Amino acid sequence: MKPASFDYIVAESIEMAVASLAEAGPDAKIIAGGQSLVPMLNFRLLRPSLLVDINRIPGLASIEETETGIRVGALTRHHQLEMSPIIGRHLPVLSCAMTHVAHLAIRNRGTIGGSLSHADPAAELPMMALLLDAALHIASASGKRTVAARDFFLDALTVDLAAGDMVTEIMLPKLPPRTGWGFEEVARRHGDFALAAVAATLTASGGVIAQARIALTGVGPTALRALAAEALLVGQSLEPKLTSHAVEAVRAAIAPDTDLHASADYRRHLAGALTRRALVAAWRRANESAA
Amino acid sequence: MNKTRDITVTVNGDAREAAVEPRLLLADFLRQSLGLTGTHVGCEHGVCGACTVLVDGDSVRSCLMFAVQADGRKVETVESLGRIGQMNALQRSFHEHHALQCGFCTPGMLITATDLIKKYSLATDDDIREGLSGNLCRCTGYEHIVKAIRAVVDGKAGDTR
Repeated sequence: MKPASFDYIVAESIEMAVASLAEAGPDAKIIAGGQSLVPMLNFRLLRPSLLVDINRIPGLASIEETETGIRVGALTRHHQLEMSPIIGRHLPVLSCAMTHVAHLAIRNRGTIGGSLSHADPAAELPMMALLLDAALHIASASGKRTVAARDFFLDALTVDLAAGDMVTEIMLPKLPPRTGWGFEEVARRHGDFALAAVAATLTASGGVIAQARIALTGVGPTALRALAAEALLVGQSLEPKLTSHAVEAVRAAIAPDTDLHASADYRRHLAGALTRRALVAAWRRANESAA
Repeated sequence: MNKTRDITVTVNGDAREAAVEPRLLLADFLRQSLGLTGTHVGCEHGVCGACTVLVDGDSVRSCLMFAVQADGRKVETVESLGRIGQMNALQRSFHEHHALQCGFCTPGMLITATDLIKKYSLATDDDIREGLSGNLCRCTGYEHIVKAIRAVVDGKAGDTR
């Protein structure tokens, strides 16, 4: 298992990276952390003509707080996000999710931009980008654009990126005050891809749910938001009967596959059970933070 | 065959210069170009953890990184931890707790444990198990590896020379 031959350029800036991609055409690939790309190269499932290495672009691995959100550079490593005090303070649900991403040696190297661009159907980061209403900044030789996470993930391993595009930054809006969170995942082994995972936030106001968000991964070709279940919750207090209705709405909204790791029925069962736990935890935290 | 690049990598404290093809994996550079065969190559696609080394102090899979990407970086392999007769505390603890049988996974276990101990409190044995979940061992059942790491975390690993 050795990669086929390729040409290699170290990009010193975003401009140089996208110019190199544009010049080389569709057979060129960006290499960031390489934790999904290099296995495919080693198996020769991919034979790019050129790898554009973005690991040495200065300033691309930063986490900065702005007034309304948190700006995460595309080259930020998973472990950096996991340990970031800014993320811990404003988006603890993301800190928790990151501990479930693969293993330390993978988290040390794998990047946020890379994971979102790769869009594995059972990865945590696409789900978190959907949950947190992230926006992705994308550069190419012909300009810049911004895409909302909800429009970015198109199908398994398929996103709104053309050849020559590069994700440069992810913007994560802060959560409203009195927002609690829950994160639940089941995998065969810690660090493996999820058989199913659920992340939820609930915002409390006057004893009822002012805003609800539920995102899932591992239960379809892309991560998704459970919008029907969210709508059921708004304006209500989280009573067991309401939770059960939300659980049923989540189960009805997904179409998981059967594969080597789990049956579709089991994944649907898990998605419901994990939704229940995530909602209960989120509501408890929302009311703790209100106290 | 693509044209080679000149790289300088500091490996276990020594600056090593070489001309490498971009597709040369860091693992193969260490083993074949430098003869440092302590780094083991198991699966070659990032699953088994046997080839784990430290790059600028962080554990990484050397089968998922190219040698050319290590240009100007500091790489530490299992050979940097100690030698026969001069093992470090973690190696001695593995020895004392019978934490290896065939030894194939051991270099990756030692390097992974080195990084885990540096970055996490490892308060419970479950924390250690989760930390080791990316390193496959087919002999020990992991029990003795967990015990060896636990002893180091608790500062009780044998002789503290």
